[in-house]
Amino acid sequence: MDVVSQLQKQFIDFSSSLYREGYVDDQFSQLHKLQDESSPDFVVEVASLFFDDAEKLINSMARALEQPCVDFKQVDSHVHQLKGSSSSIGALRVKNVCIAFRSFCDAQNREGCMRCLQQVSHEYTMLKSKLQTLFRMEQQILAAGGSVPLE
Amino acid sequence: MESCNCIEPQWPADELLMKYQYISDFFIALAYFSIPLELIYFVKKSAVFPYRWVLVQFGAFIVLCGATHLINLWTFNMHSRTVAIVMTTAKVLTAVVSCATALMLVHIIPDLLSVKTRELFLKNKAAELDREMGLIRTQEETGRHVRMLTHEIRSTLDRHTILKTTLVELGRTLALEECALWMPTRTGLELQLSYTLRQQNPVGYTVPIQLPVINQVFSSNHAVKISPNCPVARLRPLAGKYMPGEVVAVRVPLLHLSNFQINDWPELSTKRYALMVLMLPSDSARQWHVHELELVEVVADQVAVALSHAAILEESMRARDLLMQQNIALDSARREAETAIRARNDFLAVMNHEMRTPMHAIIALSSLLQETELTPEQRLMVETILKSSNLLATLINDVLDLSRLEDGSLQLQIGTFNLHAVFREVLNLIKPIASVKKLLVALNLAPDLPEYAVGDEKRLMQTLLNVVGNAVKFTKEGNISITGFVAKSESLRDSRAPEFFPVPIENHFYLRVQVRDSGSGISPQDIPNLFTKFAQNQAIALRNSSGSGLGLAICKRFVNLMEGHIWIESEGLGKGCTAIFIVKLGIPEHSNDSNLSFIPKMPVHGQTNFPGLKVLVMDENGVSRSVTKGLLLHLGCDVMTVSSVEECFQVVSHEHQVVFMDVCVPGIDGYEVAVHIHDKFTRRHERPLIVALTGSTDNLTKDNCMRVGMDGVILKPVSLEKMRSVLSDLLEHRVLFESM
Repeated sequence: MDVVSQLQKQFIDFSSSLYREGYVDDQFSQLHKLQDESSPDFVVEVASLFFDDAEKLINSMARALEQPCVDFKQVDSHVHQLKGSSSSIGALRVKNVCIAFRSFCDAQNREGCMRCLQQVSHEYTMLKSKLQTLFRMEQQILAAGGSVPLE
Repeated sequence: MESCNCIEPQWPADELLMKYQYISDFFIALAYFSIPLELIYFVKKSAVFPYRWVLVQFGAFIVLCGATHLINLWTFNMHSRTVAIVMTTAKVLTAVVSCATALMLVHIIPDLLSVKTRELFLKNKAAELDREMGLIRTQEETGRHVRMLTHEIRSTLDRHTILKTTLVELGRTLALEECALWMPTRTGLELQLSYTLRQQNPVGYTVPIQLPVINQVFSSNHAVKISPNCPVARLRPLAGKYMPGEVVAVRVPLLHLSNFQINDWPELSTKRYALMVLMLPSDSARQWHVHELELVEVVADQVAVALSHAAILEESMRARDLLMQQNIALDSARREAETAIRARNDFLAVMNHEMRTPMHAIIALSSLLQETELTPEQRLMVETILKSSNLLATLINDVLDLSRLEDGSLQLQIGTFNLHAVFREVLNLIKPIASVKKLLVALNLAPDLPEYAVGDEKRLMQTLLNVVGNAVKFTKEGNISITGFVAKSESLRDSRAPEFFPVPIENHFYLRVQVRDSGSGISPQDIPNLFTKFAQNQAIALRNSSGSGLGLAICKRFVNLMEGHIWIESEGLGKGCTAIFIVKLGIPEHSNDSNLSFIPKMPVHGQTNFPGLKVLVMDENGVSRSVTKGLLLHLGCDVMTVSSVEECFQVVSHEHQVVFMDVCVPGIDGYEVAVHIHDKFTRRHERPLIVALTGSTDNLTKDNCMRVGMDGVILKPVSLEKMRSVLSDLLEHRVLFESM
């Protein structure tokens, strides 16, 4: 097998693992459908947007939860935002944690929220690194002269 | 006298001897002088003489000898010294010349002798050439004779003339005494004398064919010398006193017409031969020469060829005569048939009208009569009259129909019709009768059967009705099933219909209908008669009074006209039967189906792209905003995004055709926007369509959206396909409420 085919195979394996392990869901592949000649880096752009957005939100959430008097409404809105973002990009695990997070917010459960925050943060970090790896692999394939295989 | 120098010869006293010697010498000298003169004279006369020098020498020799003898004359007497000297000189010269001549002759004489030899050789050669020329001349003569004979023989195609001419010409060419031809008899066991040269009418002599001499002749293709005493040669009483002339016999192959095969010429062993016998004149010393025998052989071959040609000609003439007779017979038969058809057509044309009119009158009046007041007896009678006349009317119609069908004057009326409707109608017609007899009728049409077809609707229905009617008629209880489907090529061919070769063509399909009943069945030996006119099964006739026996025959005609086939299968009496027919129908064009409703096969496919559609997206969440924007961009829309309600208020204008707004942010009342937009754009056609994007799935949201006048609600996340269909539905219907 030449280099390109090898890289492509690796990419496919990695990509399938992401789906299998629930890091991303169908929405993520929907995003790939929107990528065309007019917006060749659509997915990467959206992902970067998400990363920025998520980081900001997580930081905000953390700050809000550190307050002695937690403004759960605020936290809830942040979580809501994060949920929306993650569902738009198809970040399944993050979204699921957000759902749980929201219920804790409604219950005004600080510990629960803290735990969820940690979980969210952890999931987010994992997702980020995975996606970055994925994008790197895409770049490698394109650099080697091949084309990125679709699902 | 002193001693003189003169020699004194010894003079004998014998003077007589002297005198004789004197005279002889004189004559010798004379001869010696005259011989060269003669030689010179004759050589001068002759043109060719190669040895002149020799002649001169010889002449000199002779002259000198003569001179010597002449001078001798003077020496008998006293002679002077001069004379002696002359004498001596002469003698010396003579000696020289004669020696020279002698030497020369040694060389010359062999030459002269060889001349003689050459002359002899040339004479022999000349004789030989003469002989050869004689031979060539003879051969040429023979060739000329053969050509002439062949010409004569081949100039006619008449058998007798050929043979007669052969004999005559041969007799003339070879100067024969008699020439005869023996032909084999029909049995092939004897040879019969058929033709002779001299005798006018040969009596039918026959000889058995197995004679050794005949076998000998037949076994070789050369002319064979035979004894004049053998039976074939003893044709006439001996004319001459001594020896009968030599006889030669040759075989003439008779090529029989049936022996001709293109690939291999007939074998010699199976040939029949005739015998030709030629006799030289008796008492002549003539013998058969080789060239004459060759002539005979060649002629025999030519005769064989000519005879075979004549035979072929006879055969072809006979065949032609036969064909002409047959032709005439066929012609007259055809004319008779035509006359018969015309007569029948005339009859039918007349009867058609003439028969129907009274029939109708009877039927009409009887039905009218039925309506009046009648006694039960009268009613019974009238009913019987009506039934019988109906039957008669049907019979007349059937007969006329059938005859028109047979004529070939019936033509199908082709049109587009609803195939399914035909089946349904037949079913409806038959249902009442079937239900009276308590029979279950089931119709089963294949899903791939086209709803519309091109063909003769009336006749198809007639056929179907007839077949189904028969099924109902002959079934006392049970069920009847009618199936109709499109026949594929394997099912088109039926082992019972080997002459039916359906050819699948474009735009046409073969409809196969099977009507199975659980009725009385038909025994296998009656099946062939079912489709013949008027042939009615005895059992059937007993059971039913109706049915003219023409129904199936007519169906068969219709089905044949529709390029199909109809047949009946039954396992036996009491086991029910299945009637099957296949007809060819056309597939109607879709383009002229405007007035026909047809089942839509696929759901209406919406637009795939919305170029230039101006859309406004309002979403606080950056990620989902960009995702939605990407979606709409991909679909070709002109997208503007706002991230807040205020911005939305500012930006929204009548140019925007659709506004997507995210309403799942708590605290933000996207509904306000909708209300605002409604207020802003009072006229409906200016107002952009408002669609809410929400992640919540409860009915409350939906109700709220509806309440504030939103045109649609979509559940997030939106896939590409969903967005596409949403937009197309939206634009088409201007309202969309997805069930959630």
